[in-house]
Amino acid sequence: MNNLEFLYRQIIMDHYKNPRNKGLKGYNHVHLHNPSCGDDVIVEAKVENDVIQEINHTGSGCAICCSSTSVMSEVLAGKTTQQALDTIQDFYHLVKGEPVQNEEALGDALVYQGVSQFPARYKCAVLAWKALEQLLKGEQDE
Amino acid sequence: MLDVEKIKRDIPLFQNYPNLIYLDSCATTLKPRYVLDKMDEYYQEYGVNIHRGVYELSYRATEEYDKARKKIAKFINASFEEVIFTRGTTNSLNMIAQTYGMANINLNDEIITSELEHHSSLLPWMQVAKKKGAILKYIPLNDEGRITVENFKKVLTDKTKVVAITYVSNTMGYLTPIREIIELAHKQGAVVIVDAAQAAPHFKIDVCELDCDFLAFSAHKMLGPTGIGILYGKKSLLDKMDPEEYGGDMNNDVFHDNVIVKETPYKFEAGTPAIAEAIGLGAAIDLLEKIGFDNIRQHEKELHKYALEKLSSVSGITIYNKTADIGIINFNIDGVHPHDASTFFDQANIALRAGHHCAQLVTKWLKCNGTLRACLYIYNSKQDIDIFVKTVQEVVEFFRQFSEV
Repeated sequence: MNNLEFLYRQIIMDHYKNPRNKGLKGYNHVHLHNPSCGDDVIVEAKVENDVIQEINHTGSGCAICCSSTSVMSEVLAGKTTQQALDTIQDFYHLVKGEPVQNEEALGDALVYQGVSQFPARYKCAVLAWKALEQLLKGEQDE
Repeated sequence: MLDVEKIKRDIPLFQNYPNLIYLDSCATTLKPRYVLDKMDEYYQEYGVNIHRGVYELSYRATEEYDKARKKIAKFINASFEEVIFTRGTTNSLNMIAQTYGMANINLNDEIITSELEHHSSLLPWMQVAKKKGAILKYIPLNDEGRITVENFKKVLTDKTKVVAITYVSNTMGYLTPIREIIELAHKQGAVVIVDAAQAAPHFKIDVCELDCDFLAFSAHKMLGPTGIGILYGKKSLLDKMDPEEYGGDMNNDVFHDNVIVKETPYKFEAGTPAIAEAIGLGAAIDLLEKIGFDNIRQHEKELHKYALEKLSSVSGITIYNKTADIGIINFNIDGVHPHDASTFFDQANIALRAGHHCAQLVTKWLKCNGTLRACLYIYNSKQDIDIFVKTVQEVVEFFRQFSEV
């Protein structure tokens, strides 16, 4: 597999074409936008007893950004806030090509390893993860 | 066709990246060694300040700086005192809005602009309009996305005070019929500010023939260095304008409660200017004139035609500006986000831009998220086009495998 095929894996394109958990339900959310490329995501989460029950999203952008949002919404649901924050940090390491603490917790998000070969695409991959990180740390948009 | 191999040999960046296919010249051009050498020469042989020194070296720096201004004046058929050095087109256009605009625009005056503008041409006037309660009017674009004289007439009224308009669109590559627009605007007593950033690299500009009131361009888009640009203004207008910045070198006499500023252009150039960059721009103009604008235009036209012909055989792409007047191809690969496509071009050593190209109203007019933009210039060859078109085909095919996912 060459770098490009590694970046655009089947699973990534599947999430891009068929995003999971798309559509907001009205929970607390954070909206992030990358003005240089137009990637735009809103991520919301339902957190009960410190456990993430549900993550939903909406937005538009490139395949890497949109699919990564969808994958995140599946991977992090069911985790405690702290577990999710740890996995988010691991995801940042992963896409930078740095060692990760808990590979298992990343689940399907491991396919984003290919991003490390494309530093220009780092921001695309992490936008939704940044939004959720902010949300879990108590920030939210009106 | 130009001798591309010879031109490339004289550009040091190509020594470091011999396989680079550079299709992003509308963003900035690559720099010939001659331009870099002329700038180095200033720093190494006479790198002191201008005007203030009375010693030999300072005299030489002043001479070279003024010589650059003379070259630029001749280049656009202006007079010496009508050529102001700025930090670039953005700086030039903001300066006009902040000085001329804030002094002359009043409540309910009308400012005409277009959706084809680069943000630098549009946003400074949007701010003036907001602050002064003036009305910003957009020339309706025709079906192709062009500004036409007929549509300009629809928005021009006796309330029009300013027309801020692009000479060549940086995304669509269309030439604006500015001569006719300027003539009509003047009949209503409006002044016309021309954004010539994408015109100056490609053809000869004659401010007298155009009769424009102000005109701006950047050195770095025409083989010159970053950080310097030009504001041309008619002397009769510049004489009446106050400087935007005050400081060293722009005044003749300073009192406790007053200052007598110099004549134009010096009153608009407070502080130590970008001396090496001004000299670099002069050198870039020498080179462009040596190559010859007729030859540059011919080369670009031939490449552009060749590229469009080859692209016409690729299915699954949309070209938004097939009739462009300048070698700009604005396109998308159907169903593929421009940033996903640009990663493939990057892997093939092809530098091109993806996104909205600092002209969001154009992408909004096109009703898309962004586009890919390939710009052709003097160092591009038919071989570059072949590799570019082959890569376009590969991107189409790569993403086609997922169309059934």
